[in-house]
Amino acid sequence: MTASDLALQQAGEAASGSEGQPAAAGWLKGLAVGVALPALLALGWEVAVRAGVSNGRLVPPPSRILATLVDLWRTGDLVMHIVATLRRVALGFAFGAVAGTILGGISGASAMFRRLTDPMFQGFRSVPSIAWVPLFVLWFGIFEAPKVMLIAVGVFFPVYLGVLGAIQSVDRKLVEVGQVFRLSQAQMLRRILLPAILPSWAVALRSGLGLGFMFVVAAELMGASEGLGYLLVDGQQLGKPDQIVAAIIVFALLGKIADAVLVRLSAPLLAWQDTARPAL
Amino acid sequence: MLTIEALTKTYAGGTTALSNVSLSMQAGEIVALVGGSGCGKTTLLRLVAGLDRPSGGSVAVDGNVVTEPNAAVGLIFQEPRLLPWLSVADNIAFGLKHLPRKEQRARVDFALMRVGLAGYNDRWPRQLSGGQAQRVAISRALAPEPKVLLLDEPFSALDAFTRASLHDHLLALWAAQRPTMLMVTHDVEEAVTLADRVVVMQPRPGRIFAQIAIDFPRPRDPLSDAFIAAKRRILEALDGSLSESRPKPKPDESPAAAWW
Repeated sequence: MTASDLALQQAGEAASGSEGQPAAAGWLKGLAVGVALPALLALGWEVAVRAGVSNGRLVPPPSRILATLVDLWRTGDLVMHIVATLRRVALGFAFGAVAGTILGGISGASAMFRRLTDPMFQGFRSVPSIAWVPLFVLWFGIFEAPKVMLIAVGVFFPVYLGVLGAIQSVDRKLVEVGQVFRLSQAQMLRRILLPAILPSWAVALRSGLGLGFMFVVAAELMGASEGLGYLLVDGQQLGKPDQIVAAIIVFALLGKIADAVLVRLSAPLLAWQDTARPAL
Repeated sequence: MLTIEALTKTYAGGTTALSNVSLSMQAGEIVALVGGSGCGKTTLLRLVAGLDRPSGGSVAVDGNVVTEPNAAVGLIFQEPRLLPWLSVADNIAFGLKHLPRKEQRARVDFALMRVGLAGYNDRWPRQLSGGQAQRVAISRALAPEPKVLLLDEPFSALDAFTRASLHDHLLALWAAQRPTMLMVTHDVEEAVTLADRVVVMQPRPGRIFAQIAIDFPRPRDPLSDAFIAAKRRILEALDGSLSESRPKPKPDESPAAAWW
């Protein structure tokens, strides 16, 4: 085996994310480092409250937040709220991502369509999301539909913009390869443009998903009987800061997990990438 | 076979990249285009490939006028331009999608064996060296069996050893399929090694300055007298093409230019 073969093999293993001992140890180490600072802060606050430096009424100590979480879990409320929120995000994300990908793709491929529609989309993009709420409530009522719509709108724009921008910046040299092989416009889209933008698409979906989690809070603040956003409102109205902080922490965890799932799902599509650093 | 008639290309800015170029090639002939920079070699190739439209004149393959990319004409670029998201095998099969899967696979395996990369089917392009990638690119262009193969300085980015081995690969592939090959090169030795005829072009505007036939048999020993003589003739022609077109200073330009 020559040196270059060895290097290739190593590159291949690195790309496929081998499950070897060093990788697992590295992951644990990364987790420990990432958790160290928040854990230290939480511990400090806990000690401060126990020592009587603060009464912890408005900023509850970690132990009380944990107790609240356990309570919510025991009654089954926590699962119900999480399911409600995740369902809204999933539906809104699905609609927004599909629409953003299709319209962004067509806009990128057809200059005519872009000139026709892009100014309108860019205009709507600068409208604050909350501004849609009254209209959506009039159109779709006060239950699930307006919430899902609002999330879909939030997800749509980053995905649309990401796909459009990525298609416009596809390397001319690769497009010429398609021309030499006489691809039609549809084939060009399917065989050159779409694969070329996969990495940017994955990033666009991630930022879309992030916005989805932001917008679900806005949607649930506008009136809901379940969901993590409802826990926030409920905590404010009944003066339960521990419940608010608990809901915020669950949001953070869910967002991070959803993002990690998306990254994991898109990884096999991006194995070909020749990048200086492994994907995040 | 390949007929180029009075081909002219003027770009939007007003630069005439090619002026009245006529060239005719026989089936299976290898012609090398050499010339100083800006003499329209690449423009000529892009016109023959149908990637650009001529301002005047025409290109025809077997009597069919080329106006757009054409199944009979394959093109190899200066860089490999492999599609990074396709495996080596899928890259080679890129122009074979109209064939049944089995036939595609057979052609890919055969092509890889031909260029000494048997078993590389499932590699990603990023895992190839520059020479290997260019060999895959050559296989991709030849897999649909074009009648005309155009090469735009295909080996200019490679080191001398890799280049020499790729010359051998290319000649072996040519011997098997006998496409008509028109290649642009900066390298006079490369032209003498490969071509039946060397066309020396002249810049501003791009046109043909001289044609030199190279009629001794391949493989050609770069130290043989015939090789050195052919090289000398091409270098002399290149010299002539450049000195004749060297711009003479215009009298009205100098004072203003000095002021600026």
